[in-house]
Amino acid sequence: MVVARELRRRYGETDALRGIGFEVGRGELFGIIGPDGAGKTTLFRVLATLLLADSGSATIDGLDVARDYAALRRRLGYMPGRFSLYQDLTVEENLEFFATVFGATIEANYALVADIYRQLEPFKKRRAGALSGGMKQKLALCCALIHKPELLLLDEPTTGVDPVSRKEFWDMLGRLNGQGITILVSTPYMDEAGLCDRIALMQGGSFLDVDRPAGIVAKYPHALWAVRASRMSGLLGDLRDKAGVLSCFAFGDSHHVATDGSLGPAELERYLASRGHESIEIGRIEPGIEDCFMDLAGAGEGR
Amino acid sequence: MLRYLLEKEFKQILRNKMLPRFILLFPCMALLVFPLAANFEVRHLSLGIVDCDRSPYSSRLARKLAASTLFRLEELSSDYAKALKEIELDRADIVLEIPAGFERRLVEGEPVELMISANSVNGAKGGLGSAYLGSLVSDFSSELRSELGNSPAGNLAPSFSILTLYRYNPRLEYPVYMVPALMVMLLAMLCGFLPALNIVGEKESGTIEQMNVTPVRRLPFILSKLIPYWVIGFIALTICFGVARLVYGLAPEGSFLVIYLFASVFVLALSGFGLVISNYAKTIQQAMFMMFFFVITFVLMSGLYTPVASMPDWAQAVSRLFPLRYFMAVMRLVYLKGSGLGDLLVPLAALLGFAAFFNGWAVLSYRKKS
Repeated sequence: MVVARELRRRYGETDALRGIGFEVGRGELFGIIGPDGAGKTTLFRVLATLLLADSGSATIDGLDVARDYAALRRRLGYMPGRFSLYQDLTVEENLEFFATVFGATIEANYALVADIYRQLEPFKKRRAGALSGGMKQKLALCCALIHKPELLLLDEPTTGVDPVSRKEFWDMLGRLNGQGITILVSTPYMDEAGLCDRIALMQGGSFLDVDRPAGIVAKYPHALWAVRASRMSGLLGDLRDKAGVLSCFAFGDSHHVATDGSLGPAELERYLASRGHESIEIGRIEPGIEDCFMDLAGAGEGR
Repeated sequence: MLRYLLEKEFKQILRNKMLPRFILLFPCMALLVFPLAANFEVRHLSLGIVDCDRSPYSSRLARKLAASTLFRLEELSSDYAKALKEIELDRADIVLEIPAGFERRLVEGEPVELMISANSVNGAKGGLGSAYLGSLVSDFSSELRSELGNSPAGNLAPSFSILTLYRYNPRLEYPVYMVPALMVMLLAMLCGFLPALNIVGEKESGTIEQMNVTPVRRLPFILSKLIPYWVIGFIALTICFGVARLVYGLAPEGSFLVIYLFASVFVLALSGFGLVISNYAKTIQQAMFMMFFFVITFVLMSGLYTPVASMPDWAQAVSRLFPLRYFMAVMRLVYLKGSGLGDLLVPLAALLGFAAFFNGWAVLSYRKKS
């Protein structure tokens, strides 16, 4: 469905895309995971035919994003990261407007959006600008869907949305995906990665890895430990000083420590005790996407 | 497609709380208030007279001046320094000094010099005031001459007076001159600047991104932005005609059709100009600032206040670069002089040129995908 080859794009001195290549199959829910400034929005704008890449190519359904943009726009549903509907039109008017400019009608494609629109219906006479953040995202999704696109491009749809609405939003994506719509979605939240069929980890304009979430986790090469002690602040520095510790990051209430084969938990505990730490807890854990991302990003920076 | 876009634009304009009212209020305000407030007529100047002669003739001059509606005699003294102090304190606008020996010299036919000192902080007041005062004084001197016809010197210059006949604006009324030009300014704001601001507004709010991924083509999109303001502009212009007729009794000597024709070409040119601005500005703030700059330039250089003909040569040359200059000239010619289309081919060609130039530039500077 989507085939990108060696996409590059510079903004002045900054390389936003440094040779991105990937493929998304029909019917896939593909996530692009990366922190702010990774180049996600640039990539989406190139795919949405809004921005020309400096070099490289991308085709969607065989149509080139640069050459066949007019034909492509009918098949794409793009939802930018920033709310971009008309705030002074009502919910209903926005949906109607975007349906008509695509030559569609709400009635014809109602089935597609019914699930989402039903939640908006009580507010349909309200101006879009007066909706809550979560409602705005739902309306934007409706408007991006109303012409029945084959590919949905969703740029950080859940950023700035409360956890409950985020969950609801991902449930909707799952159902839409179930109806055969290919979805390309970006997010800075690593915990959302597991909801995608496949993900790409992105940083500094490059993909670090592309795989199923489980595949990425399975490739994690080190032993990973969760370490807790009474003085968490000094602990981080001490752990990083220890030979055999590859990396150490604060994760919520514990530190995730990656070690090479030479360092076992018993030795680690002795070392920490010798540094004056008390009530030390060390437990083996399975890596999450975030651990994988940190590891890959660290490797990318040459550490 | 265009129909849906227009429907949306009108919906948004009408829903805007301020804009529709402003569109109605603006022409009325512009025509009712500005010409009256921005009036250069000078009246009731405070006059100080320093009479160092204290003769019957000098007090007769003072009485004559005091009787004029232009001046209000504030102070009659014999101390010039004191009178000048009054000017410094802003209690007097203008001081006339009558020298000692005024009467004797007049009677003996010797030349007499009077000194006028005017406060020119307000240039128009100072300049016009001293001109009025000068002409009253020369009136007085010709009065005296005819009285003293048997002047001992006997070398009187034959007295004559100039009769000025002002064509096209016989009473030199300021509104008659200003109103047609203000209509041009108004049209420039409504049809040139508002749509540009609207487009930049879509850029700023990001909605243009959403529009760009739809199959809507550039031309209908632009037209949907321009047409509502064209309609508004012509409504406002028509309101202006009505206000001018009702309030100032001002109807064009020439034909309305000619004005509407020129207005259409002018609006086309200014819309193009606005589009150029909208292509370069990323935010409303930038666009506003650019427009502010051009509005001031237009006002100063296109002959809204200062006639182009009385500008220095370089400024006249520069003013040829502004479309407003041509349409203002046309409006005044049609309104006051009754010029027909045949007399106005040069400005018509100029405006058509501007329309082609700005719209061409707008098309070239616009790239749908950066």
